[in-house]
Parts: sequence; C-alpha cells; structure tokens
Amino acid sequence: MASSAVLREVTLTLPMLPDMEIAASKTATALAEFMEMSSDKIDEVRMAVVEACINSFEHSQADDRKVEIQFAVLGNDEPERLQITIRDSGVGFTPESLVKPRIEDKLKAASKRGWGLTIIKGLMDEVDIHSGPRGTTVVMSKLR
Amino acid sequence: MTEMLKVTVDRRHPMAVIYTEGYINNQGGEEIARVAYDLIDEDHKVLLLNLQGTKIVNSIGISILIEIIEKMLEIDGKLAFCNLTPTIEKTFHIMGLAQYAKIFPDEGVALGELAG
Repeated sequence: MASSAVLREVTLTLPMLPDMEIAASKTATALAEFMEMSSDKIDEVRMAVVEACINSFEHSQADDRKVEIQFAVLGNDEPERLQITIRDSGVGFTPESLVKPRIEDKLKAASKRGWGLTIIKGLMDEVDIHSGPRGTTVVMSKLR
Repeated sequence: MTEMLKVTVDRRHPMAVIYTEGYINNQGGEEIARVAYDLIDEDHKVLLLNLQGTKIVNSIGISILIEIIEKMLEIDGKLAFCNLTPTIEKTFHIMGLAQYAKIFPDEGVALGELAG
C-alpha cells in the first residue's frame, strides 16, 4: 500500500450497545461525502462499518464493552482512500480458522449467522485483520 | 437510537407483498419473519419483500431472511425481493441469496413474473 498523508481523521469510542453501529456508519458517511465518493460506494462503506462493529459487539467479549473506530481520509493533495480501523480489547480469534459461509449449508444449519467478514471483504477494497489474546483490529479501506 | 422497522402488507392471494421502512437489524428481521409466518399460515405461498423503504440492513437481519427462505423452500413456496439499493443487492449476491430468492428491479416486474 503506497504511503499517503492523513488529510482528515476522526476517532470514535463507542459503547457496545444496540444500534451504536449506526453512529459509526454516520461518521463514515460524513467522511466519504467529504471525499466525494459515489453514493453506491458510500453505502458499501456504511454497511461494512456496521458489520465490523456488530462483529466486535457480538464476539469480542471485551471487558470494557467498548470499540474504538478510527476514520482516516488518506491521499496526496486530493482524498484518495478512506481507511477505517476498528479495534477492540476482546479475546481475539484466529481469522485463518474461520470457514467461509455457504448459503447451501446455512439453509440447512440451525444457525444462519457468520456472514460479517464475508460481507466486509466483498464490499471493501482492502481488509486486514490482526487478532490476538489482547484484542482484534480490523483495518479496511475503500478507494474513492 | 433507531426507530423500529415498520412493516406493512398487501395481500393479493396467493401472493403477498411485504413493505419495509427502516433498518433491518435483529428486531427488524424478527418483525419481517413474524409477518411472513402469519402470511404462510394464511396459505400465502409467494411472498415479495419490497425493500424500497430500507436503505440499510445488517447480517443478523439478513440471517433471519435466510430462515424465511428456508421455510418457503419447505412449503414449496417462493420468497422474492424488489427495490433493493445497489449495496443491498450486492450483499445478497455476495451471500448467495440470489440463488434461492429472485431479485427484481421493481414491484411491477416482480408481480408480473411471480404471477406467471
């Protein structure tokens, strides 16, 4: 990933409470609009942010019940990329151990859940996950 | 913080159109499922979910929609969608829902095809 300057940055710390993901999605929308992203791309970023927050709320088991979200508009002169970092201090997981969900299997399974990362990867241009016993950090970005 | 999803129904036996307005999250998905299962009990075997009033969904809500698709397959019925935002449609394709539930651009096209 080429280095670029941070043109604008916002950090939110959200309690893990119902619908708090919407607050994060509104911040993502404001920054994406500042970058003059297309409305379809803005919607994709919003949805990815919602999924990343929900994953953290549901699975992190973080004692502080908080998630930190950093939004950064990156570029050289002009905004080029929106990078969003979602960080929790939960128990972590092994990303490599996750099985990609398949609709054929989910239709027969008792639990239909487990789509978050698949959706995030499908909607964003780049996604990196770092996870360990002290928490999980998801870094995802979308080009303008 | 967000308002509860509003769900309304237009019964056109044996079809029914379910309209949503708002965020399809856990509670929203449960409300759609409650309405859908009531319609199935009334012997509606073709359900069209018109999402024109929904701009955002999450994977928990979509998981509940998968439960409805499973139920419709069990009774030899059909669930279809129309008026999706491009992102919701893209998400349904990413998840593979489109293999089991048709997606139509608008309600007119959907009703025409589903009635045929």
